[in-house]
Amino acid sequence: MSETTTLRRAGQAAPSSSSRAGRAALVRRAAPWLLLLPLCAVPLYLDGSWLIIGILGMSTAVGAIGLTLLVGTAGQLSLAHAFFVAVGAYTYAYLAGESGPSAAGGLGLPTLPAALAAIAAAGLAGLLFSPVAARVGGLYLGVASLALVFIGEHVLKNATPLTGGYNGREVATLAVGGFEVNGGAPGLWVLGVPFTGRERLWYLALAVLVVSIVVAGRIVRGRPGRALQLMRDNPAAAGSMGVPAHRYKAAAFTVSSVFAGAAGVLTALAFEFIVPQYFTLHLAVLYLAMAVIGGLGSVPGAVAGGLFVTALPLVLDRFSGSLGFLAAPGSGGLDAAMFARFVFGALLVIVLIAEPGGLAGLWRRLRPSRR
Amino acid sequence: MKILQLVLLGVSLGSIYSLIALGFVVIYKGTKVINLAHGSVLLAGAYAVAVLSPHTGFLPAVALGAVASALCAVVIQRLVAAMRTQNHLVLTILTIGVDILLATELSRRIGSRVLTMGDPWGGRRVEILGTVLPQARIAATVVGILFIALFFLVFRRTDFGVRMRASADDPRTAALMGIDQRKVALTSWAIGGALACVAGVFLAGFPNPGLDHTSGLIALNAIPAIIIGGLDSTEGAVLGGLIVGVTQTLVDGNASSLHFLGEGFGTVAPYVVMLLILLWRPSGLMGSKELNRV
Repeated sequence: MSETTTLRRAGQAAPSSSSRAGRAALVRRAAPWLLLLPLCAVPLYLDGSWLIIGILGMSTAVGAIGLTLLVGTAGQLSLAHAFFVAVGAYTYAYLAGESGPSAAGGLGLPTLPAALAAIAAAGLAGLLFSPVAARVGGLYLGVASLALVFIGEHVLKNATPLTGGYNGREVATLAVGGFEVNGGAPGLWVLGVPFTGRERLWYLALAVLVVSIVVAGRIVRGRPGRALQLMRDNPAAAGSMGVPAHRYKAAAFTVSSVFAGAAGVLTALAFEFIVPQYFTLHLAVLYLAMAVIGGLGSVPGAVAGGLFVTALPLVLDRFSGSLGFLAAPGSGGLDAAMFARFVFGALLVIVLIAEPGGLAGLWRRLRPSRR
Repeated sequence: MKILQLVLLGVSLGSIYSLIALGFVVIYKGTKVINLAHGSVLLAGAYAVAVLSPHTGFLPAVALGAVASALCAVVIQRLVAAMRTQNHLVLTILTIGVDILLATELSRRIGSRVLTMGDPWGGRRVEILGTVLPQARIAATVVGILFIALFFLVFRRTDFGVRMRASADDPRTAALMGIDQRKVALTSWAIGGALACVAGVFLAGFPNPGLDHTSGLIALNAIPAIIIGGLDSTEGAVLGGLIVGVTQTLVDGNASSLHFLGEGFGTVAPYVVMLLILLWRPSGLMGSKELNRV
């Protein structure tokens, strides 16, 4: 608040430079939106196998934004993010799925309400866990959240009517008013390019990502973000300023889970078939890696981290034939997934030791004029 | 007799978990970091034992393996100390990074093999009080009790133990009194690593099939133990380990009547117990309360 008023006053004091500064600010605000144009054109040029990498990257980036809010801004370590992602993915699959003769049932709801309900369900799961988050703090919370991943994995494997058990279950195609967002019906051609499932899903993922970035940015820079940061750095001061600690902690967990739920729905739509083996501790650790590599608390950093961590093994896998040092998967040698894990592990260590601000910190350091 | 058998088996499994949990707690007390790479340290030590024991015999191999995992732990401690932040959250995340590196390298080396420890007990069983117990598990209980007793003796009765406890309670004052904090940190990590190796050897032994690349994950079962007992309490770690071991064995042993909870509920049950205890006592059963509360 006070910062913006002083800025405005400074602008009034020097009217000659104000229009110039205003134009610069306009450019600065518009530049990220201009970036959207090439991103919108991508499905015209790349084929489905590349698009799916981008779609998965953007989906996980949405989840990573949620985690960076929780761990970075609110200072609550969570190793349970994969659980909330799973809640989103499986709730959508169950609500939208048709109950047929197959192992997994479904309610057969219209798909758009099902997707929204799945996101809400993930938020509700976060809210239900928040009494634990409000009672235990710091490292206790981080390790306690491990419980959710293991209990969640157990439920996914055993609640066969809901989840399909070990073998997983199909995910229904999302349709808005008869238009399939990740399917081929009705047929659509744009500039001579057939727009089928992946092309359409690309735009959905992009839209959700943009909305997530805007919303998360408002939370971080706005009043709730300030309160959460103060609570993280000095709980006593936050309390005496009148920040309701329990409510804010619960809210942070809920909001972060909503992002995770959105990521879960998008991931489920991209995979078209979900299995419990995906939503494990490994995924939870990867999400944490995204948030840390990007820079804890930084929304653009989380997006960059999410894209990087998701895309690296997939891209390496595509090129593993031409990259001489990578062996074929399962041959016992160094395969793409393993190499990617080495890269993530090393990056986590290097980032934390050399530049604890992550990619976001590096960006700030490279552009000191902006500070 | 079935209950007695299960409880005895649970206690033996619990004593293995206690060793792992004790390692976590010693490291936490020494440096206020939860070493989430502990599973990989355990795997590294047990892997070294499996590789060495055909050449050197079992006991020398265990000694060398303990040294190896202690070295691993010390290397992690040096990395943690290289960070400029004092934020325990970030320090703990760093150990996750190390865990990814170490676990990937070990699973690359082990591949799909199942390694045996070459221990002298093999698959033999003995009959005690009408129950049939594997010899390896009895050895685990005895060795566990010995190590835990030795640990408490050193921690309580020697000058070295006093230095460790003083640093855990108040690092700044301890440093002013001339206690080398770097040495305390290194020793606590080395002890934690060595304990993990001993636990790993017994975890790979009978009735488990052996050491494979996922064995490090079993160390995570000790995490409910340290939370149940209280992060900064060594007694709590032992108690928590026993609770986890007995819970897991009892649930697994009665799996047929607990079928409605799903298959393999035994590995999840400790986490459920942990959540319940956390809601009741946020710092665990024997942990000290956090004072800075609003």
